[in-house]
Amino acid sequence: MDAIVLLDHVHFAYRGNAQPVFSDLDLAIPNGAFAAVLGPNGTGKTTLLHLILGYRRPQRGRVQLAGRPQETYTRREMSRLVGLVPQDEAITFEFSVLEYVLLGRAPYVGPLDMPTDRDVQIAVEALETVGVAHLGSRSIMALSGGERQLVLIARALAQQPRILLLDEPTAHLDLSNRNRVLRVLRILNRRGTTIVMTTHDPVAAAAVADFVVLMRDGRAVAAGRPEDVFTAETLSATYGVPVQVLRLDEQLIAYHPLD
Amino acid sequence: MSASYNDYNHRIARQLRYLVIALICVLVISTLWGRYPVPSLALPDALWHDPLAQRLIVTLRLPRVLMACLLGMGLAASGSTLQMIFRNPLVEPGFLGVSQGAAFGAACAIMVLGAVPFAVQGLALFFAGLGVVLSYLLARHIRFGGWVLRLVLSGIAISALFASGVGVLKYMADPLTQLPEIVFWMLGGLYATTWSKLLTVLPVAVPSLVVILLMRWRLNLLSMGEQTAFSLGAATTRERAFVLAAAVGATAAVVSVSGVVGWVGLIVPHLARRLAGSDAQRSLPAALLMGGIFALVCDNLARTLLAGEIPLGTLTSLFGAGLFIVLMTTANPWLRGAH
Repeated sequence: MDAIVLLDHVHFAYRGNAQPVFSDLDLAIPNGAFAAVLGPNGTGKTTLLHLILGYRRPQRGRVQLAGRPQETYTRREMSRLVGLVPQDEAITFEFSVLEYVLLGRAPYVGPLDMPTDRDVQIAVEALETVGVAHLGSRSIMALSGGERQLVLIARALAQQPRILLLDEPTAHLDLSNRNRVLRVLRILNRRGTTIVMTTHDPVAAAAVADFVVLMRDGRAVAAGRPEDVFTAETLSATYGVPVQVLRLDEQLIAYHPLD
Repeated sequence: MSASYNDYNHRIARQLRYLVIALICVLVISTLWGRYPVPSLALPDALWHDPLAQRLIVTLRLPRVLMACLLGMGLAASGSTLQMIFRNPLVEPGFLGVSQGAAFGAACAIMVLGAVPFAVQGLALFFAGLGVVLSYLLARHIRFGGWVLRLVLSGIAISALFASGVGVLKYMADPLTQLPEIVFWMLGGLYATTWSKLLTVLPVAVPSLVVILLMRWRLNLLSMGEQTAFSLGAATTRERAFVLAAAVGATAAVVSVSGVVGWVGLIVPHLARRLAGSDAQRSLPAALLMGGIFALVCDNLARTLLAGEIPLGTLTSLFGAGLFIVLMTTANPWLRGAH
């Protein structure tokens, strides 16, 4: 299968920081994959999403999206190709949920134009897809954590991207909301959207992802199908602590036993 | 299409139509309202036969009324814009050194050139612009914090520098001639508005307002965090700089005539959001119309309430602060589930 996201010998360091986040990162994410990126805190998972998004540029190496070098895309083309669901978002003004999701149509609305009825229609459909259409007129400030995450996903859906990046979409969610979010993501993936999500939860990753990447010290130490990558050895080496892996009802369960 | 969204849009459109009608009514009443021959509303029939009243309305009231409307619109639109791009509902239009820069320029003109109207306006405009440029340059050299924080900090520093400059000028001013002139200018007012002053303001203020109005939906996007606005396709630095220039241009232009008129640019955007919601597609036109009405009503009171002129800035602060207290202590009725 073709790689829709390709990072080739990428070197990236934050300005003023001598230690690079990535010194020589190679990664290929197949087209149509549901990819989960795992690794210890501070290993560069969010930075990886920012590099794919073009929000940060590598100092060396190249990023290629859908067969084209990233720098050949215009801002507008990029925002139609790649959507981002941030982990959380500080919102200053009390938009309604529908107004907020409508912002996902920005890549299709000119800087001096207003969204059309068609844009509103697409935003409403995005809310329906994630199952929160009934929240449309609610204040964005008055949502629970799970609802907020689903609305963030709906906004990215209204963007109609081919690649959807999600930064720890299930962090801070209870079990029910976590599964709700993962089910929505699986539906989107089946409709053809390539999904790249970072997570600290190997169980969630194994449940939905068909491609997992383990990162450590700025490198992809393993990448492939969950059943191949999620072994006690690789997970233990990645997190630097003993991790045990079990299979229960076709589900893979990884855990770090307390001493 | 969502039925509730349509209903909501129709309701806001109806409210905007009412605001347009209200603004036109206030404009007409303001033109007819005054102290000639006694404090009252001049009747069109009497005006038709009285050449003095006609001259009074055309040469004195009409430019002042139009200027008051433009002042309110400029400050409210500018306040809305800056609050959104700086993601801070407490930002007001003069904060990037604009108001204090204009005050310093006007004080300089009064001290050096003797309160010649065009010199006061010209120097006020020049120093208002200089305030922004200095704030911008200083922000580039601050070594910590995000771009918004750096601009806010540098705006505070530059405003303080100009304020201390005004303080020095006031200390040096002739207490009988120059000092009252500086103090009165700083209290804000439209008592010296003429057609020629209005015409010098229009070429800057009107295009700035048009730019802000055209980009109003985009302002929603620019009110999101840097990462989100970027991911949704905004060229954030360039677009923010563009609408910032328009907002500052509108403010500097109107403030150069009116002096420091506080609270309009802070409170009217809040009122507009309360009426029309946070989406700038609807709240910005509402702010524009409400700003015009608010400034007109305050100016009418300033020129007719007492035998002498009450400084406009005093009245806008009085009513603005009152409204602010009411707004802060009541809930937003328009959004279901709002806190």
